[in-house]
Amino acid sequence: MDYRLQASDLECLIQAIRNKGYLLYGPTLIDGAITYGEIHSVSNLPQGWTDDQQAGQYRVMRRGDKAYFGYAVGPHSWKKYLQLPRRPVWKVAKQNQAIEIIEVQETVPKQAFLGVRSCELHAIAIQDRILSQGDYRNESYRQRRAQLFTVALNCTSAADTCFCTSMNTGPEVTLPSDLTMTEMIEGREHFFVISGGSEAGTKIMEKLPLRPISEGERKLAKERVERLAEEMRRGPRHFDSSDLKELLYRNLDSSNWEKVADRCLSCANCTMACPTCFCSTVEDTTDLSGEHAERWERWDSCFTADLSHISGGSVRADTRSRYRQWMTHKLASWHDQFDSSGCVGCGRCITWCPVGIDLTEEVRTIRALDQKQVRNQEKP
Amino acid sequence: MAADSQLIARQPHKPKLAVWKFTSCDGCQLSLLDCEDELLLLGQEVEIAYFMEASSKVEEGPYDISLVEGSITTPADLLRIQEVRRQSNFLVCIGACATAGGIQALRNFADVVEFTSAVYAEPTYIDTLKDSTPISAHVPVDFELQGCPINKLQLLEVISAFLNHRAPQISAHSVCIECKLKNNVCVWVAHGTPCMGPVTHAGCGALCPSYNRGCYACYGPKENPNGESLCHWWEEKLGADRSTVIENLRNFNGLAPHFKVISEKRERGQKGKS
Ligand code: SF4
Ligand code: SF4
Ligand code: SF4
Ligand code: SF4
Ligand code: SF4
Repeated sequence: MDYRLQASDLECLIQAIRNKGYLLYGPTLIDGAITYGEIHSVSNLPQGWTDDQQAGQYRVMRRGDKAYFGYAVGPHSWKKYLQLPRRPVWKVAKQNQAIEIIEVQETVPKQAFLGVRSCELHAIAIQDRILSQGDYRNESYRQRRAQLFTVALNCTSAADTCFCTSMNTGPEVTLPSDLTMTEMIEGREHFFVISGGSEAGTKIMEKLPLRPISEGERKLAKERVERLAEEMRRGPRHFDSSDLKELLYRNLDSSNWEKVADRCLSCANCTMACPTCFCSTVEDTTDLSGEHAERWERWDSCFTADLSHISGGSVRADTRSRYRQWMTHKLASWHDQFDSSGCVGCGRCITWCPVGIDLTEEVRTIRALDQKQVRNQEKP
Repeated sequence: MAADSQLIARQPHKPKLAVWKFTSCDGCQLSLLDCEDELLLLGQEVEIAYFMEASSKVEEGPYDISLVEGSITTPADLLRIQEVRRQSNFLVCIGACATAGGIQALRNFADVVEFTSAVYAEPTYIDTLKDSTPISAHVPVDFELQGCPINKLQLLEVISAFLNHRAPQISAHSVCIECKLKNNVCVWVAHGTPCMGPVTHAGCGALCPSYNRGCYACYGPKENPNGESLCHWWEEKLGADRSTVIENLRNFNGLAPHFKVISEKRERGQKGKS
């Protein structure tokens, strides 16, 4: 059931969630970017701000209105709160010639995310399949995830770098969320269309000064999201993703990998910013005495030599093979491994790549080269 | 508790540690003194046999582990480094001077005679080599710890690793990874500030970007760096002029082969792939 929440009552929502004991995170303006941080009150939200995102460039700007959520996704994804960038796994103490393994007991906070976009819900669902279930279960992630409360948000505007329509992951929220909202600014009216998607969500809604919504307003909200989806489908970053796996597998020797490697810095910013990339490494250290040792888990990336280091050296020593690993994993082998694409089209890897390498452009180039090759083969 | 006979027994005697200084500012040695609490622990695990900065006590070699600071700039240095190598079982170069010639390697790109006559009243007293060179140009080295100055925690990590017969956890990847792990907003992308982070070796914990300024590569090149592409982007998109690019390549690690090639190419007015 949809309701109407006045924009002036957004504070009630924030406090209702916090009063349930959640640590609330949401968008906030830090160091010239709208990123995720702790939200204590509505004043922490970047009201009246938006972003301009291009390949390798991000700027915040003032909007002409007072929208609370009038921007797209920022430099960091929610994964930093679920799959921690660094965490202790276990510790060992040595006494005489015996060793004792000490389990690291984590106190996992109850977390809530405010303003989760559709692409991000998909990204969390993808990480769930890897880190909550299956062979690579990560207990820290699983516990954090199990207690998570989400307030999803339909997008009514997008950044130039967004391409969720290509990946069928947005801009409309279709995955379950405790609450889902659409922000509406129509003339002098500023409100949210809000609906519950779980018992926890309904309980929060009971605390809010909600009003019934008219059929017209409900429809208008839907239209706003649909209008954006149509615009994006006409945009330059929209493409057909249905055959990407076959396309990339067919082009493992494409000359394009060399070309990207000339430009790529193998800096790993793309994988760090990506909401689905889950690679991590473990670092084992001892203290000087050798009486104590620790194992830590830390985010890693297929752009480092260490990630593929085996006896004899790194399997992916050059940038060509690293970029190819990244792109084919995201768009092709992920399907074989986890039954979905590894990309949700959030555009972060495009914006936050220092040299503006654009995944969608690389797909287009490889497709063009592929077609040329097919045409050449067909020639008598 | 499980008894484990596989545990590697530590050496029966306390390993002897020596700290050597060549041409340098002493900053890296000072980071060892700066360890304070850990220095006491270190004293329990190793015999600090030679460390002029800390004590005038001199124990004779050979030494189990030698930390070498500084670059080779004089004829005397040339001889002494051979002796240090002969006396050292495991030789670790610490800092930009020892690993890449340091700031003083700027003279390699100019005329040292001109420098000495401009700086000293009696330049004839100066007995110096034309170039400043890293230790690895003269003797084999066992490990290089980059940084200007080095990170003291990394130094302790290298020593701990040596004492415990394991590989040191010193990541050779970019500063960007540290920057992202710290949840920083990228100054390059969000502010248009030129940053050397994408080609620079991790270790500082992304210190400069954490204070909203660009990295200036004091840790030297990372593994598999692409300085050519970085410089191209600085010039084309971030509006950096050629001298800024050259300065950033030469600040502390100008002789690191990857940086050297690109800065010289820039100096000759060439760009792009050779
Ligand atoms: S990619 Fe789509 S869902 Fe994600 S922020 Fe952009 S428009 Fe919204
Ligand atoms: S690959 Fe790029 S666009 Fe796709 S989910 Fe990752 S960061 Fe977003
Ligand atoms: S793209 Fe690279 S960093 Fe991301 S999950 Fe795959 S291998 Fe890991
Ligand atoms: S694609 Fe861009 S962000 Fe990713 S490693 Fe290469 S240069 Fe860095
Ligand atoms: S600020 Fe510099 S070090 Fe940090 S991510 Fe950006 S380019 Fe890399």
